[in-house]
Amino acid sequence: MVEVTEAYLKAIIFQLNDEEYAMPVELVGSIERMMHVTRIPGAPDFVKGVLNLRGVVTPILDLRKRFGFEEKAYTDSTRTIIIHYNQINIGLIVDAAYDVVDIPKDRIEAAPEVIGGMHIDYISGVTKHEDRLLILLDIDKILETSNLNIIE
Amino acid sequence: MEMNEYLDVFIEESKEHIQALNDHLLKLESNLGDLGLVNEIFRSAHTLKGMSATMGFTDLADLTHKMENVLDAIRNDNISLTPIIIDIIFQAVDALESMVVDIINGGEGKKDVTELVAILQGVEQGEEVPTEQSVLEQPNRITTQSARLDEFELAVLNQSKENGFNNYQVNVQLQKTCLLKAARVYMVFEIFDQIGEVIKSMPTVTELEDENFEYDFTVILVTKDSPTEIEKKILKVSEVDHVLVEPFEVNYAGLEEEANIEHIETAQTLAVDIDASEEETKKKSFSSKTIRVNINRLDALMNLFEELVIDRGRLEQISSQLKNSDLQETVEHMTRISGDLQNIILNMRMVPIDQVFNRFPRMVRQLAKDLNKKINLEVVGAETELDRTVIDEIGDPLVHLIRNALDHGIETAEERSKSGKVEEGTLKLNAYHSGNSVFIEITDDGAGIDRQKVLQKAISNGIVKEEDADTFTDQQVFQLIMESGFSTADKISDISGRGVGLDVVRNKIEALGGTITIHSVAGEGSTFLIQLPLTLSIISVMLTEVQQEKYAIPLSSILETAIVHKKDIMRAHNQQVIDFRGKVVPLVSLKDIFQVPGELPNDEYFSVVIIKQGEKMAGLIVDTFIGQQEVVLKSLGNYLTDIFAISGATILGDGQVALIVDTNALIK
Repeated sequence: MVEVTEAYLKAIIFQLNDEEYAMPVELVGSIERMMHVTRIPGAPDFVKGVLNLRGVVTPILDLRKRFGFEEKAYTDSTRTIIIHYNQINIGLIVDAAYDVVDIPKDRIEAAPEVIGGMHIDYISGVTKHEDRLLILLDIDKILETSNLNIIE
Repeated sequence: MEMNEYLDVFIEESKEHIQALNDHLLKLESNLGDLGLVNEIFRSAHTLKGMSATMGFTDLADLTHKMENVLDAIRNDNISLTPIIIDIIFQAVDALESMVVDIINGGEGKKDVTELVAILQGVEQGEEVPTEQSVLEQPNRITTQSARLDEFELAVLNQSKENGFNNYQVNVQLQKTCLLKAARVYMVFEIFDQIGEVIKSMPTVTELEDENFEYDFTVILVTKDSPTEIEKKILKVSEVDHVLVEPFEVNYAGLEEEANIEHIETAQTLAVDIDASEEETKKKSFSSKTIRVNINRLDALMNLFEELVIDRGRLEQISSQLKNSDLQETVEHMTRISGDLQNIILNMRMVPIDQVFNRFPRMVRQLAKDLNKKINLEVVGAETELDRTVIDEIGDPLVHLIRNALDHGIETAEERSKSGKVEEGTLKLNAYHSGNSVFIEITDDGAGIDRQKVLQKAISNGIVKEEDADTFTDQQVFQLIMESGFSTADKISDISGRGVGLDVVRNKIEALGGTITIHSVAGEGSTFLIQLPLTLSIISVMLTEVQQEKYAIPLSSILETAIVHKKDIMRAHNQQVIDFRGKVVPLVSLKDIFQVPGELPNDEYFSVVIIKQGEKMAGLIVDTFIGQQEVVLKSLGNYLTDIFAISGATILGDGQVALIVDTNALIK
């Protein structure tokens, strides 16, 4: 069993702008449907606001905005993935979240140098899984607070 | 490993019990006959024994056990209490204390107590204390020697009495020249067997046969013969020096063993006849029983409770719609219970202010040395409890105020003696509860605040106009020293800085929802009085609405609310202002500050919340007032820090998050 857990990365698959992304399962606290979000004035535009997650005020990032994709109205499949990382609780709004897969670690490749997209910074690797291309995210880059230009 | 959690409690309680032992022993020493005190000591020792045994400190348990036996014998009158016994018990308590100290220092509480244990055991069995040579003790010694009887022996003795036999304790002393002690003993026992039955012999028969005794032995004899007859018969045996026959009282001598057997029972009966002082000690020990809980767990509990409150709100709404009396009753009951629950949860977050105070004595000592002043620090009310969040924040302001008092308040020894004061200045810290607030007083008996000096300084710094100076009350003058850019010390020192101190202190305290006031009498000293809310986690707010968004403004910073007509708004320096009760107050729109999306309604009237910070005021324009509410303050988390003019968030009854406005940031 130990070998298995070492060799595989268990990840939650979510969809964003018709691409599939993988998020290590141990970071994910829960997956929520859309709830009422309170806007935070003065926060960067990709910070959607805060919501009440069972009594904990949790900030929410809109990943579409974070990656510079065009905005899309929320649908029934829109989900908020709640992540616990480095003492930070945060929610990421994604188009859909539907699967958990085991990704062999040796099949993870470094992000291609030239992809042409502006969000290459946030990618830590890619992998192919049953004919699907999964993009692994660099959570540090996404949360990076230096990008938070708080307007004073 | 689990035990570690209890170690603190164990140490606290042990210290308490040892203190109690010492106190009571001292009292007992001056009043040897007071059995109530013996009972107190016994109880402390008994509890200590139980605790240390549970914690696995065997040496501690052993020693207390022996102590307990001795005390038990004393209170059952089996041993009479002498100052020497008290000394021995004192020694035992000292040993206990050193063991507890060892445990505190991370040791295992081990100590070689065999000697003490042996002495105590000796005392318990009525042996003479090594230093004691009293002849008077002799008969006593015999009786107590004979006191070790088991249940069976006791039963026989009791029965013999009922059947008309007499119980005697016979002490036979052989001549020191006697050569065949065993033979003589045999002969004496022959006689005993003829006249009755030996119930017990001390030393035992085997020991006597082995000549394993000095020159005397004692037996308990059941017989119909009279003492004189027994004596005569035994004296017929040669080499017997003398014989002492005494009636043997079962009740009297049997008690010790009985007490040991019925030990638990005794403890139980004890619990029944509680006297007032015992009740007091009990209370004391109960109040110190604590468990340590990670603050995160308490936060989690609080969060869950908030969820409950939100659901409660919904339930209340539903029940009022359905108008079902059973449902309404249940919901009302639930409301009351959850109210109590809220109080308990909030109370759990309270910690004594001692956590902040305890670092001050050292600090004051060091500062006094640096400043070359003589200072005596008095701390009162260190046990006053405050919410954990307040405790974390209040330390720095207090340090500032203490430094200020030492530097500017209390004079040097020479100056003090010149003005006829004692050389040593006194700084007093006093904390206490009153109503829903906690007060912290910092009092010094120094020079006090010099009104003229403050005013001069304020005038030269441009804080106050010269012509206004005379109209200021003392109170207003004192508040001036907490304005920014103010320092009255002639000498700028490292200790209280360049006057950036006190205004920071005031801001901090106001940010905590508190106030600070100053009282001072020239030449006699000053008092800084800080008033703080009991808790920061629940605050009263005015809930307001701006477009679709709700903002909460802390009630503590609201002066009042007003409806202002459009035509009353004036402009000064490109800033909207209103004339509010004779004062020019700048107006700001929350919609502008928070960039709230939406159209500004073209109303004739504006709803304005007048906020204050110290002497400054501002008006906040909102769309509507929703009302006053108690809310739970929540942080925005580690991700969103430093959001301008937002101090936190709260969850409203409908489950939505509302932001709390940081009014201090809006008044500049």
